[in-house]
Amino acid sequence: MIERAVRSQAGALGARGWRWPAVAAVLALAAAAAPLVVARDDIINLLFRICLFVTLAQSWNMLAGFTGQTSLGHAAFFGIGALVTRGLWLAGAPFAGALMLGGLASTAFAMIIGVPTFRLRGAYFAIGTLGIAEVLRITVAQGMPLITSLPAQQIVGYSLAGRYELALGMALATSAVAALLLRSPLGLGLQAVREDEEAARATGVNVLLHKLLALALSSLFAGLAGGVFAYQQVSYYPAAPFSPIWTFDALLITYVGGLGTIVGPVLGALFFILVQDRLALSLEQAHQIIFGVLFIVVVLIFPGGLIEGWRRLRRRWRKGGWSK
Amino acid sequence: MQTIVQNLAFGLFVGGIYGVAAAGLALVFGVLKILNVAHGELLMFGGYISFWLFSLLGLDPFVSLLITMLSLFVIGIVLDRLVFRYLTHLHGETRIKNSLLVSFGLTLILQNAALASFTADERTIQLSYSAAGIAIGGITLPLARLLSLLITFIGIVALHLFLQRTYPGKAVRAVAEDGESAALAGINVGRVYLYTMALGAALAGMAGSLVVIGYGIAPDIGLSWTLKALVVITLAGTGSVLGAFPAGLLLGLVEAISGMAFGSIYRETAGLVMFLLVLLLRPSGLFGRA
Repeated sequence: MIERAVRSQAGALGARGWRWPAVAAVLALAAAAAPLVVARDDIINLLFRICLFVTLAQSWNMLAGFTGQTSLGHAAFFGIGALVTRGLWLAGAPFAGALMLGGLASTAFAMIIGVPTFRLRGAYFAIGTLGIAEVLRITVAQGMPLITSLPAQQIVGYSLAGRYELALGMALATSAVAALLLRSPLGLGLQAVREDEEAARATGVNVLLHKLLALALSSLFAGLAGGVFAYQQVSYYPAAPFSPIWTFDALLITYVGGLGTIVGPVLGALFFILVQDRLALSLEQAHQIIFGVLFIVVVLIFPGGLIEGWRRLRRRWRKGGWSK
Repeated sequence: MQTIVQNLAFGLFVGGIYGVAAAGLALVFGVLKILNVAHGELLMFGGYISFWLFSLLGLDPFVSLLITMLSLFVIGIVLDRLVFRYLTHLHGETRIKNSLLVSFGLTLILQNAALASFTADERTIQLSYSAAGIAIGGITLPLARLLSLLITFIGIVALHLFLQRTYPGKAVRAVAEDGESAALAGINVGRVYLYTMALGAALAGMAGSLVVIGYGIAPDIGLSWTLKALVVITLAGTGSVLGAFPAGLLLGLVEAISGMAFGSIYRETAGLVMFLLVLLLRPSGLFGRA
């Protein structure tokens, strides 16, 4: 009984449950093969950025979309991951280990601030998390003001394709975890917390535990994304990954794409990066303004984002045949 | 000793501006029950209007203050009609959360519009009398700063008189206390929302034009000012618009003290840390009743 209920939660997946994973697998393979086909570094860089933002948005979505906790401090996890990974890696540690530790450091920090911040309600949770992230950013900016640059031997052997594959793998892993999470009993609990905390608590859901678990996953993947960023960037200011822009971009992407869905963050990231790339040549700020307007429209009128629009279109297609 | 008093004085000067900025935000939050995170951007625009009136027309910012406030008043009306009006059908936490998101979208639009129009350069106004000051017991109190503090004080007193003695002001207080009952009593709640939003923006404009004199503005200062205003509101407690002024002064003093004690690095963090502590330990703030 529970199995059926959980499976029907999956939405687009139903009896034809093999469809989406198959499509995803094909697309993933195509994406992975991209460096073999495309020789231009700027396109690979573009694909890299898309994957990075997919990871960041999916991780934010786990906490905000599935569990309903709109955190504005996501950049803190991204930043810690970047900081720890870069620090360990440049100190001589093998990158894989540094990456893992970066993600875990992020999660550790999240667990420390989790219990006190989850006591805050609604808007206070949002600005409280923003406050924490800002404190972290300012501290790092003051404590580590010097730029961090890759040493010469790293630059000589630098492979953009390799970094891209890593980011792609990360994006796929995060999306897969999100998909599995959504359809699992834990995911059901998270959504119950999102819909009505009191009702969830009354039916026996341990609300705080669920929130902390969502936070743990969210911070882990954000930290890993930070590590990937630290691996790819040749030089940057250590405080840069702590900038609230990262949080806001993840928020924008998730909302415009479709909050609470799996494909939403992916679509949103694609849309976001491609529009940004196109507009960067003409008016750089136009990109942000357009997204600001889109975002307001989504929040006020179209809460489901692009995914919702797509679903409505499909429904009308099926219902009314070809006539509109 | 003199350095300490000097620093404290400067803390008070900036604290007055914090107070006015926060009062505007608190007013909007208390009456419309929405959290406008674009408040800092409104402040920024106020600063720019003041700046351009000064550089292009030579108007002293203290004189053009009223023009700036009026312009922001109009901008507030536009924002209410275009954007915030669509939130009033929501209630409680949903309304606050959505207003947070919507106003965040506004910050993107406003910040980038400013960036595209004015470039990223920081702007300040240096007045001919910026250097002049009153010397008391070894410390210097610059005239411009004293005047700013005086203006912020007058602004808060005027706000108080408006809310207590005038009919529209009482309508504002009524809607803040209980929107439904106010509507039942015949108050046009929609119109109250409109001019409260405009008033909040005007206060942000006042703060902005005081900031550009001697502190400086740039398109990206919005977020940090919104955060400052939020810190002050949390200190004062939601529901207390006038408490925002003393709370603002307090923040200014705390920043000055932590700057002296721990180094100027930690001035910003001190305010934020205090904010987090208050949120966690005493959410009703110093003067709040909610």
